Amino acid sequence: MSTTTAPPPGASQEDLARLEAHWGERASLRSWFGTVDHKRIGRRYLVTASLFFVLAGISALAMRTQLARPESSLLSPEEYNQLFTMHGTAMIFLFATPMLFGFGNFLVPLMIGSRDMAFPKLNALGYWVFLFAGLFMWASLPFGAAPNGGWFAYVPLTDDRNTPGLHMDVYTLGLLFLGIATTAGSINFIVTALKLRAPGMSLNRVPLFVWAIVATAFMVIFALPALNLDNAMLFLDRRFGTHFFDPEAAGNVLLWQHLFWIFGHPDVYIIVMPALGIVSAVLPAFTRRGVVGYVLIVLAIVSIAIISFGVWVHHMFATGLPHLSYSFFSAASTIITIPSGIQIFAWLATMLLGRLVVRVPLLFLIGFIVTFVLGGFTGAMFALTAFDQQVTDSYFVVAHFHYVLIGGAVFPILAGIYYWLPKMTGRMYHEGLGKWAFWLFFTGMQVAFFPMHLSGLFGMPRRVYTYRDEPGWDVWNLVSTIGAYILAVGLLLVLIGVVHAIRRGRPAPPDPWGGDTLEWSTDSPPRPYNFPVLPQVHSLHPTWDQPSRSSMAEDATADRILADGRRTLFTSELDGRRERVVEMPEASVQPLLLALAMLVFFTAMLFAWYPFAAAAAVAVAVTIAVWLWPPRRPEEELGVVR
Amino acid sequence: MDRAHDLERPGRRRPSRRVGRATALAAVLPLAACSAGSPSTLDPAGTGAARIADLWWVLFWISAAVFAEVMVLLVWALVFRRGRRTRVRHGQPLRFVVIAGAGVPLVILVVVYALGLRDLAALGAGPGRDAHTIEVTGHKWWWEVRVPGIDGATANELHIPVGERVRVRLRTADVLHSFWVPQLMPKTDLIAGEVRETWLHAERAGSYRGQCAEYCGTQHAHMAFRVIAEPRPQFEAWLARLGSPARQPATEAERRGQQAFVQGTCAGCHAIRGTGADARIGPDLSDVGSRWSIGAGAVPNDAGHLGGWIVNPQTVKPGSYMPPQPVDAQRLPDLIAYLRSLE
Repeated sequence: MSTTTAPPPGASQEDLARLEAHWGERASLRSWFGTVDHKRIGRRYLVTASLFFVLAGISALAMRTQLARPESSLLSPEEYNQLFTMHGTAMIFLFATPMLFGFGNFLVPLMIGSRDMAFPKLNALGYWVFLFAGLFMWASLPFGAAPNGGWFAYVPLTDDRNTPGLHMDVYTLGLLFLGIATTAGSINFIVTALKLRAPGMSLNRVPLFVWAIVATAFMVIFALPALNLDNAMLFLDRRFGTHFFDPEAAGNVLLWQHLFWIFGHPDVYIIVMPALGIVSAVLPAFTRRGVVGYVLIVLAIVSIAIISFGVWVHHMFATGLPHLSYSFFSAASTIITIPSGIQIFAWLATMLLGRLVVRVPLLFLIGFIVTFVLGGFTGAMFALTAFDQQVTDSYFVVAHFHYVLIGGAVFPILAGIYYWLPKMTGRMYHEGLGKWAFWLFFTGMQVAFFPMHLSGLFGMPRRVYTYRDEPGWDVWNLVSTIGAYILAVGLLLVLIGVVHAIRRGRPAPPDPWGGDTLEWSTDSPPRPYNFPVLPQVHSLHPTWDQPSRSSMAEDATADRILADGRRTLFTSELDGRRERVVEMPEASVQPLLLALAMLVFFTAMLFAWYPFAAAAAVAVAVTIAVWLWPPRRPEEELGVVR
Repeated sequence: MDRAHDLERPGRRRPSRRVGRATALAAVLPLAACSAGSPSTLDPAGTGAARIADLWWVLFWISAAVFAEVMVLLVWALVFRRGRRTRVRHGQPLRFVVIAGAGVPLVILVVVYALGLRDLAALGAGPGRDAHTIEVTGHKWWWEVRVPGIDGATANELHIPVGERVRVRLRTADVLHSFWVPQLMPKTDLIAGEVRETWLHAERAGSYRGQCAEYCGTQHAHMAFRVIAEPRPQFEAWLARLGSPARQPATEAERRGQQAFVQGTCAGCHAIRGTGADARIGPDLSDVGSRWSIGAGAVPNDAGHLGGWIVNPQTVKPGSYMPPQPVDAQRLPDLIAYLRSLE
């Protein structure tokens, strides 16, 4: 593996000292709570999302233990139903998206050659809101008040008559709260990627990972309002009797499903797309060439982002809607597999032309291809209405979406963890430990989930806390449970590998892999200001091309050092032409305070302490006003010309 | 009459043509033969499920072929494209990517989409105008079964004549449920505030397991039912039984049991035709003695489980809406004897 060192910083010692003075954060309590550094925030996203992943994973192990044998009584139905609801809700909302947002936070500014996200304080707010919303939802479990209506929470089961108590209020309020973080993060990604790219990084030089993150962010912005609306209406129905979903008062129960899946299906791609971006980002280093078909992959990403809004009814194929509409949504759901097919074959072509360097990240990419392709087949099957009606809501669909989500998201995430661990921590991981982790995880995944295809085809419905001993069910359920434990051991080894790397790993060079994107042309871990000299980009693979590399080294012009303050560059949206220098905000505890005020608001709403909630709403408004109050600045900085 | 025992095991005679395919599956997936006797979609007994099983095998073999293609490419790369002496090639084989990733899949998808439409139309065709209709209402967590024009009901069990299409009209009394008989017909959801229809058709006599397939709360796991396909005379007899009063007590114990039922708490929720007990909160018990299970699949229907169920259903099916019953210990055997006699 070629190991290169970073080019000597093109900035003088004096400039470096000034940059350090403006960007550096001293280790203090205030800086810990007030940091706006996208790298620290990104790492926090990753750690926190991993924590929620562990909780959701333990829930899954408890369920699998219950299902290992027929008529087991380890868990009561109430416990089981809360566990499967929290497992699904947490994996989707508290693990997958925040984990990928964590990668995005850490990597997007580095990959595009910027010094931070466009809105660093909003970024910090997003993290705190995510953390508090996650704790808000998980805290309900020890009290037996966790959501219990399934992650898609169909009415009327989830209304106040059929599910009294706090369960579903935790769900609706928790997701509304979390939605603030996801929306803020998405806006931030879009603006960052459009305005903060290094000079010369025109749209056709933007790394595929960044394309994927931006397409995802647009999808979030269009999809999330449907979910927020749904949850707001359900909360109003439950608390204030608004009857949006009550068929006895001219409400409609299918309205919930339509709105939910108008969000829910794009959400599958919201999860998978950034992970596919990781695949495109990791592959070049281990094939020693750029990914085949850059433009095709970009088109695939964009077309998935659009088509995914036209397929939601395939989650409702058994509800008895008119066949004409089914045939339309069936066609759209069939077509959406094509862009994924293009990406798969582009990666295969890359591997067939390049030279494979078989290290742990590549192993996880291979695991991804095998698993995701299998999930893709069953996905195309579900596009066929008649077939869907037979196997939906059975264990077959459980097998399907675990192949898609573990294959399409978890494998790439694990590849990404091993790949960027040196960049994030400055330490190398242990290769042997990583290989063991891969083989256990891969084997466990197949052993746990492949048999679910069979138990589903043999007629076993999903979401059952136990089952009678039907022939063909018990064997495959036992096998699934054994697989789940193997998978868990694999994940434990990943965790041990990360801890081992941080504690004992040998120091990582700036570019241990010979990667092609800009994060590899700066230190591991990067300094607080990312790049001593902001790069001038000349190609799609700036770290592999000499002009881009030397733009950060000798002869660097002072107008890309910007050592006079917390500064970075604005460039034009399409061509990446230099526009102007912008001032970035300082560390601040305002984001934390605002998130805390919101937490108080949502908690007060949950317990129906409405006066308290009103006070918290005022606190939220005041914090926002203080945050947005225009700072006093010298006139010339504001661009006032007299 | 030991019909109930016979019906515990569904009919499992295999018709000719699919045996070969099951063997093929067994070659690919060892132990797949375990499905025999389970409510397996791959062991269809009626037109609806048979179509889907056929469609599945088409989809399965296509998937297997494409998967093999991807694996060959992957293994090729792993075997021949590593090591120091491998020279990196810098081409952009876009034609390969477009043909393999979009062109070929498009052709395959158009074909399977057409097959899917064909089967969707077939499932939607439904029974004729003069077909029998059975009305099924989903409750948390049991199925109420009625036949239009007949003033009687049963639960968790419906009968159909072999070889005929029967219309099933679906309603729910509370939350969403889904009506699924894997060996006969794909799912149709029960939508609150609306009526849905599906149909059943069995090519051979047997007892086919069905289960609620839409999560419906605490006891979703125990909301099973059986469809009993039988020759026309037996079906007519079932219709006749459904419309007539329940069997009268024959022994002194049964008589005391009936009295306990009518005068005790039972009659507050349950009906037994011809006894004056006509509440419709819980299942009609006029033929409870011959049903395949107690509690919609929770436990087998025998004297011991019945007694346990009456005394405290919450230990058998926690969360069900039937509270523990304060039945006098001396009366319990009578009550059990009476209920067991209702066939």
